Amino acid sequence: MSKTITIEPITRIEGHGKITLMLNDSGKIDNALFQVTQFRGFEKLSEGRRFREMPSLMARVCGICPVAHLVAGAKACDEILAVQVPETGLLLRQAINLGQIIQSHALSFFYLSVPDIVMGFDANPMDRNILGVLKKNPQMASDGIRLRKYGQTIIELLAGKRVHPASIIAGGVSDPCSDEVRDKILADIPEMLRIVQRNLDWYKQALSQNGTSSLRVSKFVDEIRTFANMKSLFMGLVNDDGELDFYDGKIRFVDSARKIVADKLEPADYQNYIAEHVEKWTYLKFPYYKPMGYAKGMYRVGPLARLNVIDRCGTPQADLELSEFRGLSSGAVLSSFYYHHARLIEILYSLEKLEQLLSEPAFTGKKTRAVAGPNKLEGVGMAEAPRGTLIHHYKVNEHGVMQWANLIIASGHNNMAMNYGIMQVARHFVKGEKIEEGMLNRVEAVIRAFDPCLSCSTHAAGKMPLKIELARPDGEVIHTLTQG
Amino acid sequence: MSSSVKIKTLTIDERQVGAREDQTILEVARENGIRIPTLCYLKGLSPYGGCRMCIVEIAGSPKLLPSCMTTVEEGMVVSTQTERIKKYRRSLLELYFSERNHVCSVCATNGYCELQSMAQEVEMTHVHFPYMYPHLEVDATHERFVLDHNRCISCTRCVRVCEEVEGAHTLDIKDRGIDVRIITDLDQPWGESETCTQCGKCVHVCPTGALIERGKSVGEMSKRKQLLPYLTKMREAQK
Repeated sequence: MSKTITIEPITRIEGHGKITLMLNDSGKIDNALFQVTQFRGFEKLSEGRRFREMPSLMARVCGICPVAHLVAGAKACDEILAVQVPETGLLLRQAINLGQIIQSHALSFFYLSVPDIVMGFDANPMDRNILGVLKKNPQMASDGIRLRKYGQTIIELLAGKRVHPASIIAGGVSDPCSDEVRDKILADIPEMLRIVQRNLDWYKQALSQNGTSSLRVSKFVDEIRTFANMKSLFMGLVNDDGELDFYDGKIRFVDSARKIVADKLEPADYQNYIAEHVEKWTYLKFPYYKPMGYAKGMYRVGPLARLNVIDRCGTPQADLELSEFRGLSSGAVLSSFYYHHARLIEILYSLEKLEQLLSEPAFTGKKTRAVAGPNKLEGVGMAEAPRGTLIHHYKVNEHGVMQWANLIIASGHNNMAMNYGIMQVARHFVKGEKIEEGMLNRVEAVIRAFDPCLSCSTHAAGKMPLKIELARPDGEVIHTLTQG
Repeated sequence: MSSSVKIKTLTIDERQVGAREDQTILEVARENGIRIPTLCYLKGLSPYGGCRMCIVEIAGSPKLLPSCMTTVEEGMVVSTQTERIKKYRRSLLELYFSERNHVCSVCATNGYCELQSMAQEVEMTHVHFPYMYPHLEVDATHERFVLDHNRCISCTRCVRVCEEVEGAHTLDIKDRGIDVRIITDLDQPWGESETCTQCGKCVHVCPTGALIERGKSVGEMSKRKQLLPYLTKMREAQK
C-alpha cells in the first residue's frame, strides 16, 4: 500500500518548508519532494520604485543575510549608475560582507547543525539543540555565540546596525570608518581565529572513529554517504587569481571531477548560462546550467561548491585547511555533509581576509561613494552570499524607476540538489511502517547541511513544531509524530 | 503691533495665558511653550487645517476644533491633551498610514520624517485600519527632485510654499478626499513643468519622503527645517 509522509515545517532551518515522502506498495521511498510553501513576490513589488531604494528594499528578503542582498543590489545599482566605486567604498563593502559570512556561518554551524553532531542524530529532540550543546560542550556553545556576535558587531560598527543596515548604497557606502572602529575590529581577530581553529579541530575529531584522523571511516559514515552525496556541477565566483572571493569575480563551473566546465563567465551574462525551471508543487524555482539542460545541468552553490571551484583560498591558514579538505576526495568533494566543514574553513578565510582588508591604508579613507544619476537602463549585481551565489538583475526607465527585477537567491540554486538529497537520505534511512524520529531528523538534516534560507529572519525564533503524517492515498492519517 | 489690537485672556491646559485677539490657539500655545502636534501647519505659510492633528477641546463646545484655524476668545478654556484628543490623534494618524504606502524602512527620509516622529509622539503602536495599498506612481522626471505619491499625506505644505513664498504656483492639488493628488502645472510630469524654478522649497517643507532630492538613498534625506523660518524672517525684516 502506498503512503505519504509529510514533514512540515522543517525545523532548524531559516524559513518555512515542507518535505513530502511518498512510499510505494513495498514500503520503499518512491519519491521525495522538498517544497517551499511561501510566496513573497519581491520582484513584482519593486516595480515602480526608485532604483536607489532597491538594495534596502531587497535586503528585506532576509533578516539573516541582508548584507548579501545589499551588496548584490548595490552592485546592480552601480551598473545602472555606470560608475566605479571608490577603493574605500569597496573595502568597506567587502569587510561588511565578511562580517555577514562569519555571523551567518556561525549561526548555521553552531546553532542549527552542531546539535546533530554533538548529541547524535538519534538523540532526544529535547536535548538536540543549542541548549543541549551548552550542557555537553559549553566551550563550543560559547564559541558559537562569540563568533556570531563578532560577525554581527562588524556589521554594526561598519554599517550602522546589525540587521538591515542602510549604509550599502548605489555607488558605494554612505559612511567612512574611523581608525578607532577599525582597531576595535582588528583587536578581536586573533581570538576569533583561535575559536575557529579549535572548532575545526573538534569537528574533524568528532567525525573520526577510534582516534583515526581519516574522515572516510567516520562514525557518520552513513550520513556522509547519503547526504546529497552525488555527482553534480558546482558554481561560484572566483577572482582573477583563482581565489575565493565573496564580493567580486567571475563565474566558474566545475564538474564532479573538479574539471573546469566553464570559466570567467561574466555575471552580467548569467542568463546565457543559467535558466530556471518551474514545478507546480513548490514556489522555489529550479535553476540549472543552461548548456546541459534541465536536470542534467544540476549544480550546487555555497561553501562546498566554492571550495570545489576555487584554485586556492588566498589566505595562509585557510589554504592549509583547504589542502586537507581536498584530500577528502580525488575530485570535487561530493557529499553535502561536508558543507559544514567547508563553512568552518570559510569562517577562517573570512577572518584572515578581514585582517588584510582592515590593514589597507585606504580602509579609513573618506571617499566612500561615487555620485551619479542613472546612466544605464539595466544592471546585474552578483555576490557570494553565505549560502551561495546571489544574483540581482534590475531594469529601470530613463528616470531611474524600476521596471523589472529578477532575483536568483542562493538557496534556489541548490533546489535540485536538495530534492535529490532528501530522496537519497530517505531511501537509506526511512524504512518500514513506523517512522522513527531519528530517521526523520536525518531527512531534515540534509536540508540543514545546505543551510537554505527560505524565509526572511531570525525573528522566527520560538517553537517551530514538527509534524509528520503517514497517510493512506485517500488521505487517511494512519500515523502521526509531533515534536516542538 | 497696532494699538487697536485687543488682548484676550484664556486658559490652555489649566494655564492662564494672554493673546492678541487675531491669534490662533496654536500660536498662543506655542508662544507659551505648550506643545500641540501638527503636520500640515508650518509657520510662515497660511494655515490649512487639513491634518487635524492639532485638534483641541474647548469647554462648552461638543466638537473638537483645529487649533491652527481657531482664533482665541476671551475666557476660553482649552485642553490639548485629554484622553479623547489623544485617541482621535492616534486614530487619525493610523488612517494616514493605512491610506498610502508609508514604508519607513526603505524611505529616503527614514529617521527624519515628521509622520514617523508623530507616530512615536502619539504612541501609535499598530494600525487598526486595513491598509489600502494603493497603486501610486513615483514622478522621477524632474532633474533634481522626486515626487513619490506613496509617501504623500496631502498636507499641501508644498503647494502653499510654492505659491505663497516662491510665487511660482507650480504645485497644486487635483481631485478630492482620498483621491486627492499633488500635481505639477496642468497635471503634467514634473520634468516637463515650465513654471518650476527648481528652488527646492517644496522638498524642504515636505514632512515626509514624498518630496526628496534625487540621488538620496535610504535614510539620507534630511530636510532643512530652518529654510522657511529664515526666509520668513528675512522677508519680514525687509518690510
